Amino acid sequence: MNDAALFFQLSVQLGTPFLLATLGGIMCEKVGHLNLGIEGMMMLGSFFGFMAGFLSHNPVLAVLAAVAGGAFGALIYAVITVTLKGNQTVTGFALTIFGTGLANFLGKPYSSQIMDSTVSAALGVHSIAGLSKIPFLGIVLFSQSLFVYLSIVLAAAMLFYFQKMRFGLAARMVGESPGTADATGINVDLYKYIHIILGGALCGLGGAYLSLVYVPYWQDNITAGIGWIAVALVIFSGWNPVKAIFGCYLFGILKGMAVKFQGISLSVLGLKISIASQVMDMMPYILTVVVLILTAIAAKNRSVGPASVGKSYFREDR
Amino acid sequence: MLRIERKTDGKFLHQRIISVLIALAVAGIVIAICGYNPIVVYREMLEGSFNSVYYVQQTIQKTIPLLIMGLGVAVCFKMNFINIGAEGQFYMGAVAATYVALNVSGPPSAVTLLEMFVAAFLAGGIWCLIAGFLKSKWGVSETLVTLMLNYIAIKLVSYLQYVLWKDPKSLGFPKIANYPTDLQLKSVFGIHAGWIIAIILTVFVWFLLHRIKLGYEISVMGANERTARYAGMNTTRILLLTSLIGGGICGLAGMIQASGVEHTLNDQMANGMGYTAIAIAYMAQMEPPAILIVSFLFSILLQGGAYMQISMQIPSATGDVIQGIILLFILGSEFFSRYRVIREHKQKEEAK
Amino acid sequence: MEKSTEVELRHIKKCFGPVKANDNVDLKVYAGEIHAILGENGSGKSTLMNILSGLYAPDGGQILMRGEQVSIRSPKDAMEKGIGMIHQHFKLVEALCAWENIVGGMKNHVLLGKKRVLAEIRTLCGKYKLQLDPEKKIYQMTIGEKQTVEIVKALYRGAEIMILDEPTAVLTEQETERLFEILREMKAGGCTVIIITHKLQEVMDISDRVTILRKGVSVDSILTRDSNAERLAELMVGRTIDISVPYVEMPRNRKEPVLSIRDLRIAERGAGEKLKINRLDVCSYEILGIAGVADSGQKELCETITGMQKATGSVQLKGTELIGMDPRAMMKQQIRIGFVPEDRLGMGLAAGLSISDNIALRSYRSEKGLFLNKKEENIQAVDLIKNYNVSTSGGNQAIQSLSGGNIQKVLLGREIDRGADFFIAAYPVRGLDIGASNFIYEKLNEEKKKGVAILFIGEDLDVLLGICDRIAVLHSGELMGVVEAKTTTKEQLGLLMMGQKLEGTEYAAN
Repeated sequence: MNDAALFFQLSVQLGTPFLLATLGGIMCEKVGHLNLGIEGMMMLGSFFGFMAGFLSHNPVLAVLAAVAGGAFGALIYAVITVTLKGNQTVTGFALTIFGTGLANFLGKPYSSQIMDSTVSAALGVHSIAGLSKIPFLGIVLFSQSLFVYLSIVLAAAMLFYFQKMRFGLAARMVGESPGTADATGINVDLYKYIHIILGGALCGLGGAYLSLVYVPYWQDNITAGIGWIAVALVIFSGWNPVKAIFGCYLFGILKGMAVKFQGISLSVLGLKISIASQVMDMMPYILTVVVLILTAIAAKNRSVGPASVGKSYFREDR
Repeated sequence: MLRIERKTDGKFLHQRIISVLIALAVAGIVIAICGYNPIVVYREMLEGSFNSVYYVQQTIQKTIPLLIMGLGVAVCFKMNFINIGAEGQFYMGAVAATYVALNVSGPPSAVTLLEMFVAAFLAGGIWCLIAGFLKSKWGVSETLVTLMLNYIAIKLVSYLQYVLWKDPKSLGFPKIANYPTDLQLKSVFGIHAGWIIAIILTVFVWFLLHRIKLGYEISVMGANERTARYAGMNTTRILLLTSLIGGGICGLAGMIQASGVEHTLNDQMANGMGYTAIAIAYMAQMEPPAILIVSFLFSILLQGGAYMQISMQIPSATGDVIQGIILLFILGSEFFSRYRVIREHKQKEEAK
Repeated sequence: MEKSTEVELRHIKKCFGPVKANDNVDLKVYAGEIHAILGENGSGKSTLMNILSGLYAPDGGQILMRGEQVSIRSPKDAMEKGIGMIHQHFKLVEALCAWENIVGGMKNHVLLGKKRVLAEIRTLCGKYKLQLDPEKKIYQMTIGEKQTVEIVKALYRGAEIMILDEPTAVLTEQETERLFEILREMKAGGCTVIIITHKLQEVMDISDRVTILRKGVSVDSILTRDSNAERLAELMVGRTIDISVPYVEMPRNRKEPVLSIRDLRIAERGAGEKLKINRLDVCSYEILGIAGVADSGQKELCETITGMQKATGSVQLKGTELIGMDPRAMMKQQIRIGFVPEDRLGMGLAAGLSISDNIALRSYRSEKGLFLNKKEENIQAVDLIKNYNVSTSGGNQAIQSLSGGNIQKVLLGREIDRGADFFIAAYPVRGLDIGASNFIYEKLNEEKKKGVAILFIGEDLDVLLGICDRIAVLHSGELMGVVEAKTTTKEQLGLLMMGQKLEGTEYAAN
């Protein structure tokens, strides 16, 4: 029983950077911006968080630096796609190239350096008194690092924000129909900026989790493609922050299985089926494509996801 | 008060060149802030790309896959089919070529090479066609599908490399067998023959886009789908053909890289070049001659970066940083060619 | 007892470039009345209401509410002053629920408070006897339901003055009845309603007073019960005809039907019929005009004939049935129809391409082989530029950098050069100056002399009366009648355009 609990505990940890990145992606797409720069923002957050933590030995500063790093990348993206009405797809790309490059470049001196233990410990595993004694769940959910707790809280907060708060509703309107939002007096550009930057901050946190707690030494390309997968997970979770939790943890389970078992062998109806770990790695993407197809069929003529994703808003075009 | 309105006569080329120059300057500042001398850095990059015949060859060798994938991507982009799956199509082409290379024996190598060629084109083409089909049938976003297909392709290659096609002779190290030497592209002027193919493809794509009816239909569809339909064009057919051809060209890049450089198949081959190719196509505005020049410039950054890492211990990521900054500046400067900023005087209130 | 003036617009001026959309317009709306604003296209009625609702700022004049001057600089200002506008094209977010649309963007409570909002909506609906399911998503609603959401949205935000822009244009008969009931309830509840319309029946049915605008000027403002159809028509279109448009007389006996329409119907889910033409012929050697306010079915007619729109019935071009064919099928069957669409850069041309490329759009297929014959295309472009006096640096210039008039010339030239027997020109001189317009009239007359049958869709009655042989009038998608251009009056046309059927005009001169 304990083995299983430990396995799921690992899965949650594996899923957490995905969750934070996905939440960041959702934040951005809700206001109509497809941000393919998630990987770049994660790298920026990861590095600046690491550098701050390494040099200052202060966990709070480390987290703040990570948030700032991700937000900085998002700001560049926002200026180009919101104010300068640049192409969202390519700008996201450019941000990834730039962000990853800059983080790798600045991080060379820190290569293979381990994060300061004060910081790792402070942000690391803290069992929640009482709750952590619950069998199974206690280990899986309540003996985790601060990042894990934070990510779950943020996901719930985001859902509440979008569904129940007037700013969240306004943000959704901006993403669905900027012209209509504009007509009711909502400042479309301001909402876009704020949410894109917040999204970047979340991605930065995701990256920081890796460099501050999970890994926790610095290496080139520490995020290893998590940001790209997050793009898929945003769709997979239907742009819903709480569904994202499940999607990302499911992902974490798949990844955990790939790591632990080097593939799985199943006995189905008497036949032995072996699935290599690489094939299992493919699963999330294949599933996402399936989800994309099904959603498109169901939506018929309407769009999938916030309706204005990918388009620049220009008032005079009205 | 500032107001913006659309311009109808954009002077793109001037804008882009100025943006690049400004970007290089800004990148220089960033480099300086990080403690390196930007002039030294740029000089070393150029040295590392041109200082000897060997280096020039290396630079050109890096241009080849970028150029070819840039062409493939450009064909799709011209039709407004946002194919970001160049990386995956590259790998599928390499997979198909490898299968032929390692399993077909008998015919003379020239014939086998041709088969590899065709197989790679079809594999890459079909991989992209999947996205094209899904778009035409159900309107599924090709951007997201091609992105997902990238990962599936990479994982497939990993699977082949680590499991299915793992070479028993490589002593436990996960590797696929090398191509027989006569199926490795020969060297011409010190660079593998892929460069000849690349130039032919450049001319071919130029012809396709400018001189052939399909290319015209692609342009019209990319400009305005409604107009295309009204003109009686078979938009579905154009979509499917375009995705097939664009993906096929990217597949060829994979075959050439496998046969000419790596001499095998592995999951690190593309190394993000597929994504860089997208940036290149966009910057070159989908024009083949420009794609040639821009990919060459980008490979200077790549080659120069690699050289700097070895010779001066400056991280090769510098190349990426510069690339990123240039791209961001160009994207930002588009604004000034598409819109005009007008200063408006606030209208005085009439109080009669 | 004199009612108090709720809203007054005094001496309103608004120009768009050289065009005087509103030229010293006065409007007085009394509290608690339903006031209709009647006018044809270009009369300035929409501009006036956009000023009142804050979308435009007037160049001159004042807005007064209850006798006091106010400044309305944005839709938010208007809303704060209790003015709510319901546009013809709804401003609703499809993916959200009705209640979210109603409350979205309001700056009161931080927490949405769904229960509270739903209760408030229910109260509001009860007061005005409105039927609305607040939790239904907009994309699931019929047009009538969406309009109700817009009305509730305005009422929820405190609107006491409601402006409705052509509200029945998209409604069925029953939905129109329902709307009128709602408006009566609102009036009873103390609201003031302004309704922009071009439909005579609406004015007579629902309004207390009507103000008529014509060519940017307010012509008159009268009590509805003191008016009648003829008077309103005459006020709306004026009496004198200004004929400076060239006309070519062709002998009657040479005219034969080229395009024959029978029992044409386009039905639309939940919104009545979009197009209903029982019988219409366009003959050779003639220009048949189509008159009607905007969105009366002109676009649908054009798109049906050219294969972009599905319909039932029969549309025959010299014996070949067009219904059931799409543009590709037409091309395969060698059916040629010259068409200058209303949406030039959207449908007729490809905005990002050069002049030469655009000209080749219709003819590239006939070039032999796989390759484009660029030389041939260049020659075509040079010829066209010369023949149609297009002011450009050459065939390679991007088409969207040309002026509106020149773009139109390229389009016209390309279509005329196809040598078709049937030609459709939809609003061909819209936005053009006198010189360019006259050029186009001359070219059309030239084609008429060659025997081409021409369908001319226009919005300026003077032009139609000048250049056409006969004029067919569309109203809400229905063919009201066909009249002889040289013997009809503007008043007659005005009545038809407003939905009044006239004796003896049904299939005149067919």
